[in-house]
This record gives sequence, C-alpha cells and structure tokens, in this order.
Amino acid sequence: MTHSKPERRRPGARPPIVLIILGCLGLALFLIPLAGLLARTPWSELPRLLTGDLVTDALRLSLTTSLLATLIAAVIGVPLAWLIARVEFPGRSLVRGVVTLPLVLPPVVGGAALLFALGRRGLIGEPLAGLTGLVLPFSTSGVVLANTFVAMPFLVITVEAALRNLDHRFEAAAATLGAGRWTVLRRVTLPMIGPSLVAGLTLTWARALGEFGATITFAGNLQGRTQTLPLAVFVALESDRDTAVALSLVMVAVSLAVLVILRERWWKAL
Amino acid sequence: MVEGVVDRSGLEASLVARRGPGFRLELSLSIPSGTTVALLGPNGAGKSTTVDVLAGLLPVESGRVTLSGVTLDEPAVGRFVPPEQRNVGVVFQDYLLFPHLTAVENVAFGLRSRRLPREQALARAADWLERIGLSDVSQRRPGELSGGQSQRVALARALVTEPDLLLLDEPLSALDVTTRARLRRDLAEHLEGFPGPRLLITHDPTEAALLAEQIHVLEEGRVTQTGSADDIRLRPRTRYAADLAGSNLLMGKASGGRVALDVFELHIPSQVEGEVLVTIRPSAISVHRRQPEGSPRNSWPTRIELIERMGERVRIRTGPPLVLTAEITEGATDALDLREGDEVWVAIKATEIGVEAGAESELS
Repeated sequence: MTHSKPERRRPGARPPIVLIILGCLGLALFLIPLAGLLARTPWSELPRLLTGDLVTDALRLSLTTSLLATLIAAVIGVPLAWLIARVEFPGRSLVRGVVTLPLVLPPVVGGAALLFALGRRGLIGEPLAGLTGLVLPFSTSGVVLANTFVAMPFLVITVEAALRNLDHRFEAAAATLGAGRWTVLRRVTLPMIGPSLVAGLTLTWARALGEFGATITFAGNLQGRTQTLPLAVFVALESDRDTAVALSLVMVAVSLAVLVILRERWWKAL
Repeated sequence: MVEGVVDRSGLEASLVARRGPGFRLELSLSIPSGTTVALLGPNGAGKSTTVDVLAGLLPVESGRVTLSGVTLDEPAVGRFVPPEQRNVGVVFQDYLLFPHLTAVENVAFGLRSRRLPREQALARAADWLERIGLSDVSQRRPGELSGGQSQRVALARALVTEPDLLLLDEPLSALDVTTRARLRRDLAEHLEGFPGPRLLITHDPTEAALLAEQIHVLEEGRVTQTGSADDIRLRPRTRYAADLAGSNLLMGKASGGRVALDVFELHIPSQVEGEVLVTIRPSAISVHRRQPEGSPRNSWPTRIELIERMGERVRIRTGPPLVLTAEITEGATDALDLREGDEVWVAIKATEIGVEAGAESELS
C-alpha cells in the first residue's frame, strides 16, 4: 500500500466527499423552492384557478409575446451575429460589448432606458408617435420590444460563437459547387450551425418568457394587454396566493416541458 | 466522353497572388485539355493558395487566369469571375463533405446549386455513386464514411457537374497506405475519363509521377523546376526536389521476400506477393570501393554514370544492372575519391526498401 501509486481508477469514479456535499447543497437550492411550491399547491382548487381570467389572459399574452420576441430576435439577431462574426469593421469589439450589455444590465434599467428612448416624450418615441401614431410603451408591442431587448443577446452570442467556430472552407467548397451567397447561407451555413441556432432560440424564448423588470417598467401591468405570467404572479402574491401558486406551476411546467424536449436533441450543442 | 464536341482549350494561368502579408505566389501554368499536371511541393509552398486562386476563392493580385478561352481573373481589366460562376471542380484536401448532408445529397449539391430539380439531382447523384460502387453508403452522413469512401464521394461531388477544370488538392494524403494505392488507381481512371485540364496538388512524388504527365516543383511560392517525373528524378535542381522527387521508383513482382525487377532481384522486408511498387530513398543506398563487409544481401557491383554535387551532398547515378540514384555526403565521396566511370559496389539494406502492393499497370 503506497499513497503515491493508488490503484488505477476511472477518472472521477470516486469524487472527494467535500464535492459531494457541496454539490448536493447546490442541487437542494434548486429543489427546495420547487418542493415549497408543490407543497403549497391547492391541488383540488387547481382546475378552477387555472381557468380564471387572470391566468388565461397572462398565459396567452406570455406565449404570444415571448414567441414574437423570439421570432424578431431570429430575424434581426442572426444577421447581427453574422456581421459581428464575419465582417471586420471598426469598433467591432465595442458592438460585441453593446450586444451583451442587456445580459448584465438590471432589466429595470433596460426598461427605463427603453422608456426614455421610446416613451411618449422619448428621443424616438415622440417623433414616432407624431409620424405614425404608434405608441409603444404600455402596449402589447411594448412587451414584445422589452422581451426582445432583454432576451436577444442569448441568441446573438450563441450564434456568433457557432459562426466563428464554423470552418469557412465548407462555405468555400459550396461556392466552388456553384452555390451563390444566399444558397451557401441557406444550405450550408445555417444547417451547420443548426444545433446552436436552436439552442440560442430556446434560451432567448425562455428568457423572454420569464422577463419581468424591463416589461413592468416599459409596458406596465395591464391585465390582458401587458400583464404577462411573471407580472401576474407578482400581482397575485399580494392578493391571492392560490392563484400565484397556480401561475407559478404553469411557468414551471411550460419551462420543464421545453427543456426536456430540447435536451433530447439539441441541448448538447451548448 | 461522348459530349466531346465542345472546344476546350485548357487552362492558362500566369499570376501573382498574395496571402497575408508574408506570402507571395508567382505561377505560370498551362494545362491543355486531357492532360494532368502535378504541382509538387512541401507544406507552405503555395499549393493550396493555387487551388484557391484557380477556384476563385482568392483573387489574383496581377496576371490572368483563363479557362476554355474565358478569362476568369484579370485585375488589369477589372475582371473577376466569382467561384460559383466558374465551372471548376475541386476535391479538397480534407474533402469538406457537408456533415449535415448524406453522401448522395453531397454529390447532388452542385447539381442543385445549378437549379436542377431536387429529384433529378438526387437521381443523377445516386447513379454516380452506383457507378463507383458506393450505392450502399449513399444514405450515410460523412461521419459514417471511411476515409476511402469520403474521398470517392468528394471526387464524385466534384465531377458530377462536369466541370471545365478539375483541381485535386492532396486527394490521397488523408488515406492509409493500402487504401491509397487502390484509390490512386481509381483516381487514374477517373482522370483518364475527364476531358478537361486537371491539376493535381501533392507533396508525394510517387503520386505525381504516377498520375501526371508533367510536374511543376513548387517551393516558397515559385516553380523551381518543371519536367517529367524522370527529369526531376534524374536531374533535380533543388535540394527539395532531390530529397523528395529523387526517390527511386521501380516496378516488380514480389514473392517470398524478394522482388523480381526486369533484370534484377532485390530482397525486401515484407511478405507481399504479386505486383509491387518499390521505392528506395537515395540516402538509403551506400556506395563502396570493394564488396561491403558482412555483405548485405542487396549489394552488387556497378559503374558510376554520373556525379552531381549539391552542396554537402552528392548524388550518384549508378549504371546497369539497375539504374539508381544514390545520395552520399561530400566527405564520403572525397574519401572514396569517386569519379564518373569508376567501378564500385552499391548496397541497400532490405529494411530501407519501401514496398507497396497492388501497383499493376500504373507505370505503363
């Protein structure tokens, strides 16, 4: 028996005891709140609660706005990622920083910034309202905008990393086979970064679904118009705990379902 | 080829290209239709840059590239045809098969890009794969193909669009030795069947000698020598050419640890049977005044036909019964006082002889 030459083991077969304890603590941090939620759930009341106006309005609004935000992020975020990854221009690193800013910025500050820019008296909001009559704050469009602002960085970062890691030679090979730029993008570039694209879209959608701070600041809290699930939970906590619990359960269920479905095929790309 | 009515005047290129701040390629190439030219050179010589320039992936800095009489690149008149509008087939070094497409979809890619409907493109690609015996793997992704299968799919993908020029960038270098010999024969057949000009990029002198009619030796962005394999083998102009292209390449029939050449027999280290390709590095051949002691089994008396001094190294061509190029140090040459016409003994250790099986009719 020597200490210098322990018997050969698979690496990681027996982790240090300290790691096990700390790791379990970490897991508990995730599980205990969930358990609290389930323990507090009024199961018999659930059907009635879930069909209430507050819940159905919030669920419908949350799904619509988060999906719209994801769609917008895909349409403008993927090109932005492509530009940052592929085009060399002055101030590129600055642009990369600006894109990731919403990740670290408190969402309330993001919402306030949106208000200063696009509010009725805002830098762009005022001329916009004057020219087109379009008023974004405290509207459903405002919710979508706030969601997009906060969530899109996840998509841009994921897709940009995937584009930078993609071997350009594949696109060159496609060009020699007669594929124009658009065909290369459609048939080679996008499919090859597909897993990252899906992962980025999922993260974006999940972030948009959970958005609270920027939404309540920029779009307010109007049931049926701007009151998304997280906002409804917050309001219900003050007045009707059972409804708050029901709403929370809905969010947990929706998020888990998406995670499980995606984990099967795509999550490994992250 | 049946549709050989089109007038193909081949590839003409005379160009300067730059990659990064440090690298400059200066090249003159003329490849008539139906001939194969090899660009032989070490890593970093500009071989892949040449592929990129001819494929349109890198514009030339000056000069002109014409294919079948059409100017593809000439900065002086502001002309540049982008890669997707050139009809150039490329087999890339690591094949670059699209990992998200099956073998048959990879082959169909060029046809689809040329606006052929999906069904027709796939049908033609499937035909092609059937012809080269790859039907059973046509639905596999590149990750599930062997190296040899990938190579043939890549070749099929390049050829199926009937390009005007075929570029092969180290087409066999990623393969193991046995597969390489087999696929080299396949490749020779495909090249034979391809009516346009063909450019083979390689660092393997054997490959260049067997597949190309003419070899350009490329070093540090310049062609240092042009000629047939024999020209370069017998009269290498640079150290690199001497090192690489100077290898002795022989054909014979092997049995029982020996290989019978035309008029001679060598002992070999392998138990291969049948037609073989024998390579002997010049530095593996030693030259002696008398019959060497301990008598290596491969030793025989001969006469020095030619002595060429290349700095510290000296190349010696020996006469019958077996014409070989040996390379020894200047010191040894002087110590032995070797001169052209001298009677000497040469010796080769059996373990220094490279033997590759299955080379029938390649050298003919």
